[in-house]
Amino acid sequence: MDKDKVVHPYIPNSVPRVQKEMLAEIGAKSIDELYELIPDDLLFKGKLNIPDGYQDEYSLRRHMNELMDKNTPTSEKLSFLGGGCSPHYVPAICDVINSRSEFLTAYAGEPYEDHGRFQALFEFASMLGELVDMDVVSVPTYDGSQAAASALRMACRITGRKTVIIPRSLNPDRASIIRNYCYPQIEVLTIDYDVRSGLIDMEDLKNKMSGRVAGIYLENPSFFGIVETSAKKIADLAHENGALCVVGVDPISLGVLAPPPQYGADIVCGELQSLGIHMNYGGARGGFIASADEERIVSQYPTRLFGIVPTVDKAWGFGDVAWERTSFARREDSKEYVGTMAALWGITAGVYLALMGPQGMADVGRTIMQRSAYAAMELGKIEGVTSPALKAPFFQEFIVNLDDDAGKTACDMNELLLDRGIYGGIDLSRIFPELGESLMLSVTEVHTEQDIDRLVRSVRQIVEGR
Amino acid sequence: MNGKETGFHQARWNEPVIYERTSPGERGILVPEAEEEIKNRVGDVISRVPKGMRRKGTANLPEMGQSRVLQHYLRLAQETLGRDLNIDVGQGTCTMKYNPPINEAFVTTSKIADLHPLQDEGTVQGVLEIIYRLDQFMREISGLDRFSFQPGGGSHAIYTMAAMVRAYFEEKRENRNEIVTTLFSHPSDAAAPRLKGYKVIIVPADEDGFVKLSSLEQVVSERTAALFITNPEDTGIFNPHIRQFTDLVHAAGGLCGYDQANANGILGITRAREAGFDMSFFNLHKTFASPHGCGGPGSGAIGVTEELAPFLPVPLISRDEVSGRYSLNYDLEHTIGKVKDYYGVIPAIVRAYAWIMSLGADGLRQVARVAVLNNNYLLHKMRQIKGVDAPFAPGEHRLEQVRYSWEKLANDTGVVTTDIQRRVADFGGHYWMSHEPWVVPQPVTLEPTESYSKSELDTYASILEHIAREAYEDPGLVKGSPYNSTIGIMADHSYLDDPKKWAITWRGYRRKYRSYFEPVDRS
Repeated sequence: MDKDKVVHPYIPNSVPRVQKEMLAEIGAKSIDELYELIPDDLLFKGKLNIPDGYQDEYSLRRHMNELMDKNTPTSEKLSFLGGGCSPHYVPAICDVINSRSEFLTAYAGEPYEDHGRFQALFEFASMLGELVDMDVVSVPTYDGSQAAASALRMACRITGRKTVIIPRSLNPDRASIIRNYCYPQIEVLTIDYDVRSGLIDMEDLKNKMSGRVAGIYLENPSFFGIVETSAKKIADLAHENGALCVVGVDPISLGVLAPPPQYGADIVCGELQSLGIHMNYGGARGGFIASADEERIVSQYPTRLFGIVPTVDKAWGFGDVAWERTSFARREDSKEYVGTMAALWGITAGVYLALMGPQGMADVGRTIMQRSAYAAMELGKIEGVTSPALKAPFFQEFIVNLDDDAGKTACDMNELLLDRGIYGGIDLSRIFPELGESLMLSVTEVHTEQDIDRLVRSVRQIVEGR
Repeated sequence: MNGKETGFHQARWNEPVIYERTSPGERGILVPEAEEEIKNRVGDVISRVPKGMRRKGTANLPEMGQSRVLQHYLRLAQETLGRDLNIDVGQGTCTMKYNPPINEAFVTTSKIADLHPLQDEGTVQGVLEIIYRLDQFMREISGLDRFSFQPGGGSHAIYTMAAMVRAYFEEKRENRNEIVTTLFSHPSDAAAPRLKGYKVIIVPADEDGFVKLSSLEQVVSERTAALFITNPEDTGIFNPHIRQFTDLVHAAGGLCGYDQANANGILGITRAREAGFDMSFFNLHKTFASPHGCGGPGSGAIGVTEELAPFLPVPLISRDEVSGRYSLNYDLEHTIGKVKDYYGVIPAIVRAYAWIMSLGADGLRQVARVAVLNNNYLLHKMRQIKGVDAPFAPGEHRLEQVRYSWEKLANDTGVVTTDIQRRVADFGGHYWMSHEPWVVPQPVTLEPTESYSKSELDTYASILEHIAREAYEDPGLVKGSPYNSTIGIMADHSYLDDPKKWAITWRGYRRKYRSYFEPVDRS
């Protein structure tokens, strides 16, 4: 059977009669004729080694279900994995809105027929702006790591300098992304952290800070989950040297933690996943960049920015602010580049913030802090377990250290927890060997007292060899 | 029935900005509270945070009951024209094809949505197998040897190519500082290499729209690190000399990167391998039917030859031939490291896999052939409209898209392409002009894909034909549009370009304006 003749549901004009009519109108004998510009030696004559399609939808579903059944998601177990991607409750309306055909399948329409897209993203920026206490927020970029990398490049352009500082306590993947993005023009220095507290080593920072530094990047909460209590001093030190202070946040913490400008941040950035977005194996991310409304800063954003505009009929209109900055307008002379990034997650995060409101964000922050504090405290009561291992206030994530009395490595512990149906913590022993046999756990509003007690019981049993 | 006769009017809700709908005390959702036992044991943990690091008061977010939040966003949805609702052939270069809802069913199940990226590999064999198998498919489609799905879009893939080019020549200890691209390639082919420290050289097309080999010869040298080129270019013209191009660059010691963001007209027809490329990428949100999500998340699947594979971002997915077990492989000798969190945009990867599995090898070819047939049919219809022309490649057929010019219409009537763009919204359609700079005067780029029926293409052409007639008969009508869209015309662009006037958030607006755009008196 000539498969080119099969009528596929996704391809209306796969009907042979229609094709014949269209070719007749065009005045071509065959579809092959339309490819005449492709030289013969570039035409692929073989058959792609790809299976025959499951043309009926039911068979496709069966096939996909078989594959997906090989996954055991966190929802079927008890999971304390975090490290920048954490389970939070996703309100039903977030999923309803981001799966609407209008938003899901729109792309780059104009401010008229896509008015709602512009308004939803303007509102996302407006609400996030309140959360981080800034007047300018970007349309989402790829993820929080990209946002951090772009924010540091912005700092370089704003100051005209070419050195940035990042803490060594950063998620190593994020550090790799930042280094990669800054290379080759920008030098990335690393400052140490105090092993007992996890806080940035101020002495090391003072040594490395100079008039060459464009910006220092720190996170609140940090990768280790701790609150960088010296943030104000760090920002002051940056400013004394003419550098900018760039702060990465987990926005779900900002109902209880201070918005970074309060302690001196010039640029705020972060990851949106915690705001109403499922984890998706780490594949549903969106980053944002925020700052004050100062032209010297706004003109250095690489991303799109949506602004509000009057219309002839006195409605709210929206459009692209300072389009001439972007690579769409300036190609090789632009600020970095812009393209398809993560708009749908920005809309989703906006829905989340609208639902939560001021009280919801305060409540969720409090619940996370209380539950994670409880988990850390209870784990710390087990012989051979130090928890929380770092002496600093923390939000959601904390480190549990296993000493010799525990008789288990972090890797052993995770395996034995897995046997009990628990996805334990992130094993830090290889990426941060100075922290010893350590696991990093993430406790959020989705973990009940019962869940936490089960974790604690299991760890105790494992340590006691039961 | 013609589109212009449907009496279309898009939803016009005059929906307030969400802050105007706030009603103090209302709640959209309640949050789980810590249990009494926990509260008793740990107390108010927030007080352990030093005062300067705590939030004072609450954030100024809207306060709205749940139903009103839903209503607000549904209204905004109705004021957005998704692909599913229109004949979306007007966004050329974007491949606005059908996004099958069955694929949404896969990515929204807990089996994908609730996976954590650092779960034990034994618990994620299904998703790893999907990524692994998609890699195999992409190798077939491109002829290349290894794919990474880490980049989050096409521009991100171009950036990744530039990063690999740099790493490759550093490894070889060759100092090459130029990347060559063409004027009809995507703007990011010029912008992203610049970010990696390259001098970017742009080769123009000749008057027929082709980039001449001799033009390329003039700029390729021992300084050339790579050629980044889109093919077919935005004009829908396939560069017949592409193999000579890659041979030329290779002879000079450079690498070749193929921008196949939009490969919709050539699936199973012609491949990067035979055209001599070392690297290539596909946008899963274009050719492979993952929806565009209002501008992402997308995915740029980047493929390379065996020689460049050690430079790819980590991790890749490997399969143990004995056990059949899939794992994350970080062991790449010269890896550039990471370009994005974790392993890429998983929902786009799963959808692309499912889409290919619904079509098979023959179906993919059918997609390309019908996309090209549809485009040439629309080209034929467009040629019958007064005032529009399809510059370049006279007499030649095009592949998946065409960049048309309304230059004659503009000269005859004063109606320009941006006017037509707004007027198309009155008929429930999209219309996109061109990347910049506008080499083609008064441009519009149409790309019908395989997803639209003959009658839908007729309808879209009839809308443009109707507007062209309006332009000749009553140009003011077109210039004052839109009328049947979500809002009336925004005439004053200084609100977007003047730092004193722009407002990028609602609080920014409130700082600058009192009532409807009445400036706050700063004196």
